[in-house]
Amino acid sequence: MSGRGLSTWGAYLPRARLERTAIAQALGWMSQGRSRTRGTRSYCNWDEDALTMAVEAARDCFGARARRVDAVTLASTTLPFADRSNAGLVAGALTLDDRCRTADAAGSLRAGTSALRAALEGEGLALVVASDARAAKPASPQEQAYGHGACALLVGPADAAEYLGGESRTADFVDHYREAGVDFDYALEERWIRDEGYAKLVPPVVKAALARAGVEPAGVAQFVFPAAHSHGRKLAQTLGMPESAAAEPLADGCGDTGTAHPLLMLAQALERARPGDVLVVVGFGQGVDALVFRAAPGIESARPARGVSGALAAGRADGAYVRYLSHSGLLALDFGMRAERDSRTAQSVAWRKRLDVTGFVGGRCTACGTVQFPRSRACVNPDCRAFDTQEAHGLAEVRGRVKTFTEDWLAYSPSPPHVYGNVELDGGGNVFIEFTDVGAGELGVGTPVRFAWRMKDVDRVRGFRRYFWKATLART
Amino acid sequence: MAHGIRDKVAILGMGCSRFGERWDAGPDDLMVEAFKEALADAGLERDRIEAAWLGVFYQEQSTSKSGLPLSMALRLPNVPVTRVENLCATGTEALRGAAYAVAAGACDVALAMGVEKLKDTGFAGLPERTKGTFEDLWQPGFTPPGAFAQLGAAYAAKHGLPMDELKRAMAHVSWKSHENAALNPKAHLRNRITVEQALNAPMVAYPLGTYDCCGVSDGAACAIVTTPEIARSLGKRDLVTIKALQLAPSNGVEMGHASWDGAHTPTTRIAAAKAYAEAGVQDPRAELSLIEVHDCFSITELVLMEDLGLSEPGRAAFDVRDGRYDRDGAIPCQVDGGLKCFGHPVGASGLRMVYEVYTQLLGRAGARQLSSPTLGLTHNLGGIPNRNVASISILGLHAA
Repeated sequence: MSGRGLSTWGAYLPRARLERTAIAQALGWMSQGRSRTRGTRSYCNWDEDALTMAVEAARDCFGARARRVDAVTLASTTLPFADRSNAGLVAGALTLDDRCRTADAAGSLRAGTSALRAALEGEGLALVVASDARAAKPASPQEQAYGHGACALLVGPADAAEYLGGESRTADFVDHYREAGVDFDYALEERWIRDEGYAKLVPPVVKAALARAGVEPAGVAQFVFPAAHSHGRKLAQTLGMPESAAAEPLADGCGDTGTAHPLLMLAQALERARPGDVLVVVGFGQGVDALVFRAAPGIESARPARGVSGALAAGRADGAYVRYLSHSGLLALDFGMRAERDSRTAQSVAWRKRLDVTGFVGGRCTACGTVQFPRSRACVNPDCRAFDTQEAHGLAEVRGRVKTFTEDWLAYSPSPPHVYGNVELDGGGNVFIEFTDVGAGELGVGTPVRFAWRMKDVDRVRGFRRYFWKATLART
Repeated sequence: MAHGIRDKVAILGMGCSRFGERWDAGPDDLMVEAFKEALADAGLERDRIEAAWLGVFYQEQSTSKSGLPLSMALRLPNVPVTRVENLCATGTEALRGAAYAVAAGACDVALAMGVEKLKDTGFAGLPERTKGTFEDLWQPGFTPPGAFAQLGAAYAAKHGLPMDELKRAMAHVSWKSHENAALNPKAHLRNRITVEQALNAPMVAYPLGTYDCCGVSDGAACAIVTTPEIARSLGKRDLVTIKALQLAPSNGVEMGHASWDGAHTPTTRIAAAKAYAEAGVQDPRAELSLIEVHDCFSITELVLMEDLGLSEPGRAAFDVRDGRYDRDGAIPCQVDGGLKCFGHPVGASGLRMVYEVYTQLLGRAGARQLSSPTLGLTHNLGGIPNRNVASISILGLHAA
């Protein structure tokens, strides 16, 4: 396959999905009749954020491929660190080569499509990840509309889709905004956004992009516009595309995932595309990006293991509105004195052990073959115990089975019970580790697990969060 | 193995404070309470003590560090005091220090004191503490019940035992200890319970309910040790000597090697084999009159019966329910109520166990006295199944 474009994609949505009826039930007394009650919205577990979701999407994107990329860009409006490379942390969790260029892209919901365009029109293999976990004020329209999620796209050989061209415009159109340091968006009237924003700003850019790509609007199979479906359909019509081309905006499944959303919708479009289909994706936020792709002949074989369809299917819907508020940091529940534990990180240790902790790299003894975590100076095998024989051995993609576990209702966890235990690794080795995204009664001895990179502790005193790997049910 | 210390060290006197939520007492009070009893028992002047070992685990919150808290609380005559800590094996570690000093001939009379003042944290259960700067970055934030609960699911799976069957055996373990503690005026929890109560208790950490967990208690226990010869010269007729004192810490296998099944404590097996050899015990099932084991949780006691070689593999749950370890069973276990009900002031527990065996061997146990015991075993499991310290002592009557 010649040409530059998308090699593959990956998606991630948190397992937690809040039924919108639960929001309506909780807030009906103050918002009677104004609530959307259909579908679910995705939201982060307490230990998830834009970074952990980005890593999961990227892992899905890479699949079994060699993780050889020249650059990583992480786009988000909810990056946890204002001054610490967020993309660098993602690269570390993915154990990418440290020569890889890393950059954070932020400042607008268009950050994802802009980063993607830059990568497509640049050189080398590039990973573009967009991930957002926007908070919404309880009872706001955003609370129902928003979701949390991430999408990763691998830019390089056009195994999945060829890039035909793109256009961008900048316009300080303030449909919503969030001042630095403020928790919530301030959103303006939807009708004004529709009439002055979508209707006037988008069509010229899409037309220019299509012209650059040499594609007639009528030939567009899927038109990705990250807003309510009615807006996408209206724009498609205006642009002369088949109305059916307007892509479904995942409103029922996960909600609007911010910077990730145009990419997630594009990924869903790729999952539905047939070879030769033309796809247009639009990013909207203080301007417009429009990118045009043609599905490659081999697109079927470029599909990731999970993708958007898998991510949507992996959800667990419930009506636990108070849990959603708590996990989202919107309701201060009393977790007792055990929650006062200090989680100060010794940064010099974290640096010394960065491969172990961020990358989940253990050791494999070259004398006896024993895999172990953490890597140590002396082999843990009681029949070996050789000194200085261990080579780095990545464990993040290794799977295992539950050897022992408990559901601990006494230990502090923002999501009780605190579940932890021993996992026997496929291929040998044992790790004593926390579990995440498992509820009471979901684990048994022998349950197959995979590992996920999550927040381990939050240091509220010093404004820091640290990450490590946790075991979770192996679904895909 | 070297000759060990069998019969080289005699217990001259012992003391144990009342255990419980001692809102009335600080660590100094508890140590003095235990020490006065031991001193009277030994029939000795305080200044005959030539060296002392202080065992305390959470020193940050009770006694502060070093050997000074003991020296100052007891106003010892400026003799060396060594502060030791080896998780829940701390009390036994203190005894090991004192016993080894006497066995080595470095001093004639030595004191081992274990103390813990836990109930000043402001919440139930044990305080949390850092596990180490690197360990905090990856190890789960566990509680003791959660860490030991791991044994439950793994044991049930390994032996194909339905969890409700195992739970019933665990409930029997706790029921038995409550029955025993009812007869012990120094015990923390002296109420009787039913097996059904234990089974229906709220879950703390699956599969452990409230009654599967030991008491979190304040207390102190101590021993004054010397040589059998000196003890005789001081007029002691019935003499309890240390037959064995062994310690086995994990070296990482349980934490990082697939060979561990999660359903037993390898260190206990190692310490037991060494202790039986040191004590010259050929058949522990026949020779041991009583045992005091680390029943921090019901599942721990159950699993330990196999690790100590007292139940066949996979049979502990059945032996427990058959009453084999009840006070009228073949090997009475925790006749004083154990950690479960006597209580578990961490640094004191090892010495509390020795205190009970000593008391029983001398026939001083009152309402809970067993009939003519001759040999007793104590066992601690410090830490958690994934990384632990097992300690075992064997004590017996010394032939005149």
